[in-house]
Amino acid sequence: MTSMPEPTAEPMPEPMVEPTPEPLAGTGPTIPAGAGSAEPAVPATSPGQGGAFERRVRAVTPARLFLGRSGTSLRTADQLALRADHAAAQDAVHAALDLETGLLAPLGDRFGLFAVGSAAPDRATYLRRPDLGRSLSAEGRAEVARRCPRGADLQVVVGDGLSVAAVDAQVPALLPALLDAAREAGWSVGQVFAVRNARVGLLNEIGELLDPAASVLLIGERPGLVTAESLSAYLAWRPRPGHTDADRNLISNIHARGVDIPQAVARILALATAMRAANTSGVLVKEDPAGPSALTS
Amino acid sequence: MTFRATVRGTSYVFPDLAALLAKANEEKSGDQLAGVAAVSATERVAAKLALADVRLGDILATPLLDDAVTELILREHDAAAFADAGLASLTVGEFRELVLSPGFADAWSAAGLAGAITPEMAAAVAKLMSDKDLIVGAKPLRTVTRCRNTMGEAGVLGVRVQPNHPTDDVEGILLSALDGILYGCGDAVLGVNPVNESVARVGAVLHGLQSLIRQLSLPTQTCVLAHVTTQLAALAAGAPVDLLFQSIAGTEAANRSFGISLEMLAEGRDAVLAHHRDRSGEFVGDNVMYFETGQGSALSADAHGGLDQLTVEARAHGVARAYQPFLVNSVVGFIGPEYLADARQITRAGLEDHFIGKLLGLPMGIDVCYTNHVDADQNTNDDLLVLLVAAGCNFVMGVPGADDVMLSYQSTSYHDAAGMRDLFGLSATPEYTTWLHDRGLIRGGRLADPDPDVAAALLADLDRAVLDVPSPARALTSGR
Repeated sequence: MTSMPEPTAEPMPEPMVEPTPEPLAGTGPTIPAGAGSAEPAVPATSPGQGGAFERRVRAVTPARLFLGRSGTSLRTADQLALRADHAAAQDAVHAALDLETGLLAPLGDRFGLFAVGSAAPDRATYLRRPDLGRSLSAEGRAEVARRCPRGADLQVVVGDGLSVAAVDAQVPALLPALLDAAREAGWSVGQVFAVRNARVGLLNEIGELLDPAASVLLIGERPGLVTAESLSAYLAWRPRPGHTDADRNLISNIHARGVDIPQAVARILALATAMRAANTSGVLVKEDPAGPSALTS
Repeated sequence: MTFRATVRGTSYVFPDLAALLAKANEEKSGDQLAGVAAVSATERVAAKLALADVRLGDILATPLLDDAVTELILREHDAAAFADAGLASLTVGEFRELVLSPGFADAWSAAGLAGAITPEMAAAVAKLMSDKDLIVGAKPLRTVTRCRNTMGEAGVLGVRVQPNHPTDDVEGILLSALDGILYGCGDAVLGVNPVNESVARVGAVLHGLQSLIRQLSLPTQTCVLAHVTTQLAALAAGAPVDLLFQSIAGTEAANRSFGISLEMLAEGRDAVLAHHRDRSGEFVGDNVMYFETGQGSALSADAHGGLDQLTVEARAHGVARAYQPFLVNSVVGFIGPEYLADARQITRAGLEDHFIGKLLGLPMGIDVCYTNHVDADQNTNDDLLVLLVAAGCNFVMGVPGADDVMLSYQSTSYHDAAGMRDLFGLSATPEYTTWLHDRGLIRGGRLADPDPDVAAALLADLDRAVLDVPSPARALTSGR
């Protein structure tokens, strides 16, 4: 996905404007070295420095800077790049979780991953009714109760959240690594399952239903234009109805240019260990650069 | 007091003013989520009919909540102007016609009527207005404010440069700001939403922005939109604070969820005014606060008190008004589809928030924006932007390429802002316009490319500003 205008993009054609003695306002780029030249439009101090300036800008910020202009509008390539990035984000929000044929399919064979629905019956309702996404459908609750043993040390749940693309991109690698590492560390691991149209508050019902010690919800974050593939891991110790975000711990930005899979696994298990030591989760359990630790014991 | 109306033979009863106001609101997913919305189109119109007959005096006499915000609104109400203008006996329907009549703006300005109008009255009349009413009603109502320059005069469209950065890197922020300045943006404020709320990091960004406007001799103000307590701590540690920012809401409980009280806002304002007295000569006025609001924020904190989100938004404007702000804007599309479901609801809310703010006498701007999980796109933004500029909006946001790389939402771009000034024949604040002219960035009333020597000088100033950031602060922000 294009997160910013491609520096090596083909130069735009000259604007279709006849030269006039007085340059027509707004038909060229804002700043020198602009439309039609091989160098992108930047506030070059002199022609020829555009490349160096552009490299400087790109090195310090992902923002869409010094794009040039046609009149006061974006140039065509930038206009369409913005639309393309937004389209990817929208598609990530509206896609459906696919355990049968997609990237998650191998997890069904290997871990018995199955999916149930939240109380939100469809995506449109889900987006407008966050309360429904915080509980399981009646059928979903029954199926989870039937298939998942109670009282595991660690229960992992996958939620689509606001980005199926994030689940597809991160979970196939993250889930096996996490479950293997948890078992190696001596945790008993519950039967993993997925929830469609899921919100973070689902952790409370899962805690009530399955009574795990630690619960981990891997859930797609609201997509940005930079990436639609960012996943969050929400952790809760013995979650119960009424618990809020203040009772949970969060590792966000799990994606290729953020927190990578090995880091995510290490941090999740370290947090779970700290929660166990503290016999609680949330604001009293902090991660620090040296690794998570409990403030209370 | 109960309210009644009959539509096509069906009678509707509304048990109290809060319920009537809620059901008279245009359709909003947030009101539906809160369970206060009309359940049918006919019930909505019945509520509007009943509301049209309610007298402003009865609205004043019927506090909707018993909390600190209501207390503030009643304490600030200009009872003398209210009486002199004969507003008490006007119905909401008559008030709508008054606001839309020629000459209202002159009377509003001359008699200080803004202070006679409570937020609940403003919300009520907005509920009877069409989108076009909200535009033509707002257009002539101007509120001029002054900090380091003069915002809000007729013919001015201000622009906040919003040069956010995913790690608060000062050089990245200043480059982003410079790009906006070249488009004539930044006269409202150079305002950064920080990723990191630490006092040191916020102070570093404040120093960096201030250094840039000093190097450029740029007649504008800077702001880092951290929590009010963080900004004041940075101020105490030596950082320059031009505008003190805070997100505010329309109930005491929602403000508490933001970690603020009304007393904190008053004390913060006093601290910044004292700081400005120590920097004498830099300021042309004492409007030093910058507030952001937005429909749905109280409900998201479960602190709406059973009120609809437009009424709560108006009450947030009532809070803002008490502290003589330089800028107020509603971040209209930021909150998501559970509060404003789609392009239509975002557009309506943007026009409502702007109109209500103007009627109450606020220097009102709008962050025209949307998130990626709502049914809206950049065309939605274009449409609402044009409508708001037609309505005389004081300022809008300038975000590079419309894409905020820190907050992950889309707003309006430097290009968009320049385009609106062109389309409507508007300019930057007078001080800023002079600055742009002097550097050849505006020629013949239009945006112009900088001459090479001007571009070189601007970049040299930027480099000096980056180096100027005190070294401990610079070290903190160099980790990229």
